[in-house]
Amino acid sequence: MPAIKLVKGVLKGNRRDLARLITLIENEHSSAATALSMLYKHTGNAHIVGVTGPPGSGKSTLVTRITAEYRKRSKTIGIVCVDPSSPFTGGALLGDRIRMQEHSLDKDVYVRSMSTRGHLGGLARATSDAVRAIDASGKDIVIVETVGAGQSEVQVVEVAHTVIVADVPGAGDDIQAIKAGIMEIADIFVVNKADYPGADRKVIEINAMLDLDSRERSWRPPVLLTNALTGEGIPELVDTIGAHMSYLQETGLLKQKGLQRSRDELEQIMEYKLTNELFTRLRGTPEYEQAIKKIAGRNDDPYSVAERLIADFLISVRE
Amino acid sequence: MSSSKKIRVLVAKPGLDGHDRGAKIVARALRDAGMEVIYTGLRQTPEMIVEAAISEDVNVIGLSILSGAHNALFPKIMELLKAEGGDNILVIGGGIIPHDDVPALKAVGIAEVFGPGTPLADIVGYIESNVKL
Ligand code: B12
Ligand SMILES: Nc1nc2c(ncn2[C@@H]2O[C@H](COP(=O)(O)OP(=O)(O)OP(=O)(O)O)[C@@H](O)[C@H]2O)c(=O)[nH]1
Ligand SMILES: [Mg+2]
Repeated sequence: MPAIKLVKGVLKGNRRDLARLITLIENEHSSAATALSMLYKHTGNAHIVGVTGPPGSGKSTLVTRITAEYRKRSKTIGIVCVDPSSPFTGGALLGDRIRMQEHSLDKDVYVRSMSTRGHLGGLARATSDAVRAIDASGKDIVIVETVGAGQSEVQVVEVAHTVIVADVPGAGDDIQAIKAGIMEIADIFVVNKADYPGADRKVIEINAMLDLDSRERSWRPPVLLTNALTGEGIPELVDTIGAHMSYLQETGLLKQKGLQRSRDELEQIMEYKLTNELFTRLRGTPEYEQAIKKIAGRNDDPYSVAERLIADFLISVRE
Repeated sequence: MSSSKKIRVLVAKPGLDGHDRGAKIVARALRDAGMEVIYTGLRQTPEMIVEAAISEDVNVIGLSILSGAHNALFPKIMELLKAEGGDNILVIGGGIIPHDDVPALKAVGIAEVFGPGTPLADIVGYIESNVKL
């Protein structure tokens, strides 16, 4: 059980053990789940910040700058950068790390590149558990950079407490690049590349769009201007990330979200385990194949067969 | 949703060498062969390369160098890698490396060296048959 041997090291903040555990998580190694369950009670301490937005909007450069600012404030940082895998070969070029070189020798910054391995939604399947492992290793802030996102890559909301949507000036006449889905998940908007023409107009456009948003909400996403090359606007951005966390704490939303997330996660795990258990018992048995043939031949129907099989399953579990 | 392992490769350019065409071509070829390739860009110190290899938990490090500084940089990288417990990582090199220098590089643990004109399929094949997963 290789993953279990790593738990102690991860809790001590050993980066090599953390790196190896994340690989086992990515490979869905059977021992990874046990390691994660041992780590679970040590998680929940990090502020998880998602950074999403169109390709090339400066996400990685922003993440580096945000990290530098947090380091000035003595916070320790974990970063997960997700890039898409090729649908043809399954391979991936993971290039976000290029922009993060200035932190590469800082032992209080851990950077991990991750391929989506075919998963849609802007993250990899393993991202959430990798973030958890980094959280358990004691990092104060964990930043998740999604793949360059269009409109349906919104899964980062399920992982992050605070979602930053980064856009750039002139990406379309009005709100072109960031469309409905992405707009709705933002806790903070960043108009990056403030040195480009049209940056102020972009801020006005996003604000105008927020004015049209009819949802009742007590947190209106601030729209900030940054230049990730020079660092302009970054201290304000980091202040705003902190303000968002305070807001979540003071309104009780943090607790509420935590409950919801625990519920969703528990139900997902149970659903997975239950169906797995059910099907390993059924599949390949003569009774099961017979029942399927009967349905196909219209001698029985799938509705009542399903009821019967589940009832039998529950009885056999009780015994 | 396969649970199969993926070969993770770090392609790195040590030192002040600005020739990055070969490194990028090799990185792309490995990606097209189904590997996950982390490219860290130019001007990497041995410390930065080893740190990235450990944090990213790669199976392979590919060093690309055309500046002539390989005799200084490669042994330093191997020494740091050993100290960090990365002995299981397959390390290969490429670029402008004279034949006469190769035995000494192999002696410090560089598994193989690929010069100009190497077919990309040879590099892919070498990694696939020598990597420890
Ligand atoms: C193109 C080129 C340049 C371009 C580079 C553009 C770029 N962004 O890459 C420019 C014009 C910028 C340039 C500049 C210089 N260059 Co120049 N350049 C070349 C040239 C003509 C071709 C290199 C190339 O791109 N080849 C194509 C690629 C695909 O081949 P490759 O890199 O060799 O890669 C193959 C293999 O080596 C291997 N491989 C490479 N990397 C890796 C990595 C791994 C992991 C693996 C497995 C395999 C592998 O696989 C690849 C595919 O087969 C070579 C001469 C030559 N014939 O090699 C000189 C050469 C490399 N340059 C040289 C020199 C001296 C310079 C300068 C110092 C010149 C000057 N006085 O200003 C500058 C230095 C620039 C710098 N900052 O470092 C010398 C180096 C001498 C030495 N090492 O002893 C060479 C050999 C020319 C010579 N004969 O003197 N150069
Ligand atoms: N002029 C200007 N360029 C910037 C700014 N921020 C980032 N860039 C540049 O924009 C390009 C893309 O930056 P990245 O940080 O790689 O963007 P990204 O969103 O992470 O890109 P992907 O991960 O590929 O989607 C790089 O060349 C950066 O140097 C900025 O504020 N102003
Ligand atoms: Mg990026």
